[in-house]
Amino acid sequence: MPVFDLSNTPLRALNGALHGLSTGANDTEFEVVNPRGHHAVAVGIDSPVTVDVRGSVGYYCAGMNDGGTVTVHGSAGPGVAENMMSGTVVIEGDASQYAGATGRGGLLVIKGNAASRCGISMKGIDIVVHGSIGHMSAFMGQSGHLVVCGDAGDALGDSLYEAKLFVRGSVKSLGADCIEKEMRPEHLEKLAALLEKAGVPHARPEEFKRYGSARKLYNFNIDNADAY
Amino acid sequence: MSYHNPHTPPRKSATFDDHTLAEIRRAAATGIYDIRGAGTKRKVPHFDDLLFLGASISRYPLEGYREKCDTTVTLGTRFAKKPITLKTPITIAGMSFGALSGNAKEALGRGATIAGTSTTTGDGGMTDEERGHSQTLVYQYLPSRYGMNPKDLRRADAIEIVVGQGAKPGGGGMLLGQKISDRVANMRNLPKGIDQRSACRHPDWTGPDDLEIKILELREITDWEKPIYIKVGGSRPYYDTALAVKAGADVVVLDGMQGGTAATQDVFIEHVGMPTLACIRPAVQALQDLGMHRKVQLIVSGGIRSGADVAKALALGADAVAIGTAALVAIGDNDSKWEEEYNKLGTTAGAYDDWHEGRDPAGITTQDPELAARLDPVAAGRRLANYLKVMTLEAQTIARACGKNHLHNLEPEDLVALTMEAAAMAQVPLAGTSWYPGKGGF
Repeated sequence: MPVFDLSNTPLRALNGALHGLSTGANDTEFEVVNPRGHHAVAVGIDSPVTVDVRGSVGYYCAGMNDGGTVTVHGSAGPGVAENMMSGTVVIEGDASQYAGATGRGGLLVIKGNAASRCGISMKGIDIVVHGSIGHMSAFMGQSGHLVVCGDAGDALGDSLYEAKLFVRGSVKSLGADCIEKEMRPEHLEKLAALLEKAGVPHARPEEFKRYGSARKLYNFNIDNADAY
Repeated sequence: MSYHNPHTPPRKSATFDDHTLAEIRRAAATGIYDIRGAGTKRKVPHFDDLLFLGASISRYPLEGYREKCDTTVTLGTRFAKKPITLKTPITIAGMSFGALSGNAKEALGRGATIAGTSTTTGDGGMTDEERGHSQTLVYQYLPSRYGMNPKDLRRADAIEIVVGQGAKPGGGGMLLGQKISDRVANMRNLPKGIDQRSACRHPDWTGPDDLEIKILELREITDWEKPIYIKVGGSRPYYDTALAVKAGADVVVLDGMQGGTAATQDVFIEHVGMPTLACIRPAVQALQDLGMHRKVQLIVSGGIRSGADVAKALALGADAVAIGTAALVAIGDNDSKWEEEYNKLGTTAGAYDDWHEGRDPAGITTQDPELAARLDPVAAGRRLANYLKVMTLEAQTIARACGKNHLHNLEPEDLVALTMEAAAMAQVPLAGTSWYPGKGGF
């Protein structure tokens, strides 16, 4: 297993090694030690590699991941797994703001809490947060699922499109055009699958509430101007 | 015998002129602000207010058609492993598939490729047709991230992080539902027919320190191969340029208020941002103060129409220019041959700017298949290539007259201004004097 010690190895060497691996390559399991808050760790992965990061990372860890499985055994700075295409990213600790921003696919699991704007502009990614999330999360969320096992901060789902939000705890406030919606069987089924994939213990889908778009702001109407 | 009292003819207010009155009535009737495409329509100080001096006893001209005047420009020399070299310093600005038809995007790619220059994607992502027909393609990285993916990042020749644009510095965008075809909706991960908002801020960075890290991420994803541009609207050009350099840009793209947009509020277009002419010198000053002039390249856009405009922008210190509106006109936008149809839309050729409505008779700013089919991308691409070549020749003509064997050798000393405003903004002397506002000695 290749091991990259970022205390004495350039970031370029790590990311370069992770890119363009040929099909059938032998070394597909990587370990990163001493990340020490480095930014852009394991970004642009384009094959089904496994990366274990032993420590906490800075901005944009696993950015644009496409097929890799990245586990951060620590906490992550802003923009973790931003624009993820596919694959899995797991943060054992907490995540800073913009976690999973604009993600298009794959699964992001945050075992601690996530700060503000979690899932901002999400476009298909599934995000499961074991703890709570900060304000303005899922702002302009287009599609995908955001599951929050704890509480959500202010203005959840502001200007939401078609992303589906599930929160087990309290929601401090809902953003413009975001409403609570009926939890139908297909939602319970999807939620159960996500909870299982994300390894959430002791949580039942029935304990969650679903939030989504009221779709009143989809086409501009001057009489809705007060909503913004 | 009758006596008529003399009376003055009816007088309209300069403040409440016909256009203003009509806009008040339109707003009152509809309850919505006016949305349109293109850039500012008001008269602002521009390149027309500058003149070249040409050679004289103290300056030695070059022979036209005989002595070489180089036009090549290389962009991205600061950090990128693969800088791009263009035959002409006139590039095609970012315009989206969505705002423009597929045929229009193809025409832009074809024309730019024939002329040896680059074209640029827009909000909405990269299409295969556009990539296929563009030898050098710049991929925009926008706040909405519509269509953004690492595969397209890697098949681009350069990446342009869009912070703002001249028509609406500080503003986002809106692609109205009537232009959201199945394909556009799919590329943007949104339902068909809804108004698609393009955010005004990037979702995952705030400020120049974050931007520096974002650039690091993009460079790492693309293995440091691609030149990275930062595009800003013309509002605080000195500081924006300095901060872009600090953040690690290879190229700064500076777009003045004459630069067009696919759609935004008229009040935004006309009242926010600065004229292109006012932006160039502060940006160049910032580069010079940092010792980065010609190391970080400067591309200027917003109202570039002719080789003279190109030469003037370069003389003021730009490395290249970008054209958007002029390129659309070259491929057929606002052509008088569609006058009857423009009339049916309540407008006239030359004034049509309801690009957001998707009913463009010329088939350019539309997603309607029948209208889009009116534009032959091969013929339109040829027209654009012709136009780019004419502009390049015009710029060379001026440069030779000033004794320059490369367009980049043009300099402010070659220019004078016709008005006080232009003299102040361009920091070149008022014609016939050695003075400009802000310079001591008056």
